[in-house]
Amino acid sequence: MDIQEIIQPENLVYERTQCLTDATLSYCPGCGHGVIHRLTMEVIEEMGIQQDTLGVASVGCSVLAYDFMNIDMTQAPHGRATAVATGIKRCWPNKFVFTYQGDGDLAAIGTAETIHTCNRGENLLIIFVNNGIYGMTGGQMAPTTLPGMKSSTSPYGRDVELMGNPINITDMVSRLPGTYFATRQSVHKPGNVRKTKKALRMAFENQKLNKGTSIVEIVSNCNSGWKMTPAESNKWMEEHMFPFYPLGDMKVNGEMVEKK
Amino acid sequence: MGKMKGAVVVDVERCKGCELCIVTCPQQVLANKEAQVNSKGYHYVYMERPEDCTGCTNCAVVCPDGVLTIYRVKEEV
Amino acid sequence: MGELKLMKGNEAVAEAAIRAGADAYFGYPITPQSEVMEYLALQQPHKRTGMVLLQAESEIAAINMVYGAASTGKRAMTSSSSPGISLKQEGISYLAGAELPCLILNVVRGGPGLGTIQPSQADYFQSTKGGGHGDYHLIVLAPSSVQEMADFAKLGFELAEKYRNPAMILSDGVIGQMMEKVELFEQQPRKSEFNEDWMLTGKTADRKKRVVTSLDLEPTKMEKHNLALIEKYRAMEENEVRYEEIACEDAEYIMVAYGSSARICQKTVQMAREDGIKVGLLRPITLFPFPKKRIAELANRVKGFLSVEMSSGQMVEDVKLAVNGKTKVEHYGRMGGMIHSPEQVLCGLNEFLVD
Repeated sequence: MDIQEIIQPENLVYERTQCLTDATLSYCPGCGHGVIHRLTMEVIEEMGIQQDTLGVASVGCSVLAYDFMNIDMTQAPHGRATAVATGIKRCWPNKFVFTYQGDGDLAAIGTAETIHTCNRGENLLIIFVNNGIYGMTGGQMAPTTLPGMKSSTSPYGRDVELMGNPINITDMVSRLPGTYFATRQSVHKPGNVRKTKKALRMAFENQKLNKGTSIVEIVSNCNSGWKMTPAESNKWMEEHMFPFYPLGDMKVNGEMVEKK
Repeated sequence: MGKMKGAVVVDVERCKGCELCIVTCPQQVLANKEAQVNSKGYHYVYMERPEDCTGCTNCAVVCPDGVLTIYRVKEEV
Repeated sequence: MGELKLMKGNEAVAEAAIRAGADAYFGYPITPQSEVMEYLALQQPHKRTGMVLLQAESEIAAINMVYGAASTGKRAMTSSSSPGISLKQEGISYLAGAELPCLILNVVRGGPGLGTIQPSQADYFQSTKGGGHGDYHLIVLAPSSVQEMADFAKLGFELAEKYRNPAMILSDGVIGQMMEKVELFEQQPRKSEFNEDWMLTGKTADRKKRVVTSLDLEPTKMEKHNLALIEKYRAMEENEVRYEEIACEDAEYIMVAYGSSARICQKTVQMAREDGIKVGLLRPITLFPFPKKRIAELANRVKGFLSVEMSSGQMVEDVKLAVNGKTKVEHYGRMGGMIHSPEQVLCGLNEFLVD
């Protein structure tokens, strides 16, 4: 069968969502941000809520998320995305509101905002991309950098005696009463991508039902910061990040998930 | 029983040549153009062995840049 | 005549915010302004007008909640006192950069650092010269009565929206805490239309997406944005200067004072004139834009100016710039929470200015 015979509108099974803009993503080749952007927009498209959704970009690599997501968006000061989102959601309780934050933003400078937003049970979604490093500023140690992991400010590896321990913030906030849904996913393999999309869909559905805060953490790669090829970085992530940040649901429908 | 036949259309200018689709493809259909680059200088991906594509969409699902569009048809035997 | 009430300044501003149709208040307690949120909490504004009231986890969170609400076109405000306003500076810079209207109340206390809870006017520089990072100004209103606390809540929102710029009410512990008669304006409806082309309301099929941001990585565009902001500040200087003159017609000396200092100076004017010294008072109502033109005019015919502030001398620099060497400019003021008496100001006047 000729290729051109296959490439016909009636045979289309996958195309880029219209809820993304035409702009080329500013992320490094192989960066998970692109997949997470796309999934978020696919969910918004499938739910038909483009006109009812307001997004909050944060500071970090994803600061320009509003250039790529074809929805109304604002950009928050470093760490304050959930406070900005709270302001929006309180004024527009019927809109869907989400933040898009990295680990430096959400788990270091914005720790207080993250915890209190979840604790109040603000009816919004936090999309948390954890790659264990400060990507945009050039690969410095993040609150989530693993013990022994090298970064430009821990060039000999993170010494926990000296630099403290990495923080597992999703696990922390999952225990707060306002948090309704907390999960940790990845987007490095097709199956994981599909699970992440399901989690994002569930989070938006929760918001529709006024259930409180949903946090979807995505453990992702930073091949530039980790100084690896994209494929290597995904393998490294499986071997090193996942043991410390295990994938799976932490809290579903307001109930903690029993660890096996 | 028909066999699934697929085709991958690459948005060449958007591709950054990260190769994640290449390692993900279960049929080893895709490869980067060794000799050619797009206007940004990336060796973009193409269907090296189009005859093996089943249109499973896995490559497009992992593509960070939304470069790939997938078509699929059941080939009647 | 509107409804008359005996109220604290902090209560009056809160009541006026509800009546001005505010959509949201986000705050965090700090002395001497906690009555603002306390009054709102008692009033249950969500029942009265549908206004949102939320006590945030910090001043930082509160100003960023204001940023979020304002980015959708809602009429949002926060209030705090000096150390809390310092915490808000990052958010205020973002609000100015993203051109978002909002109202910020500073009931100033003595500083620096944790300072004291007593009244002060030492946040003049911070309020009028920017405060946070980058080139920007706030519209700064300085009430000298409880009545003005109420009136400026409404005016502040109006000016903020007119110029798409944060407005600040620069009050102090005296005005915030004292009780006076206040005539309240009628309840206004909250905004019902959000049609301006920057307001985030959700992207519909018939329009492009909207983005509220203070970021532009392209320096040529950023410079253009800065130039547009400067244009706006020039327009404010052209159109929004407000001041009051007391006994300036025949004055040989002029005291320049705002807020609670202006009230004290009113008594000093009376006492000085009893002593035969022809003194007037110029009270800037807007500290930015500053009444520099008027001061420059007066500088042509008076023997000197005395800037009276509860600080070590901040506004005096703007008076000097306006006077531009044409005549003598001196400063008198107590600080760190101390309030000068009319007699002390008179002594200052005699010591520094009158020959």
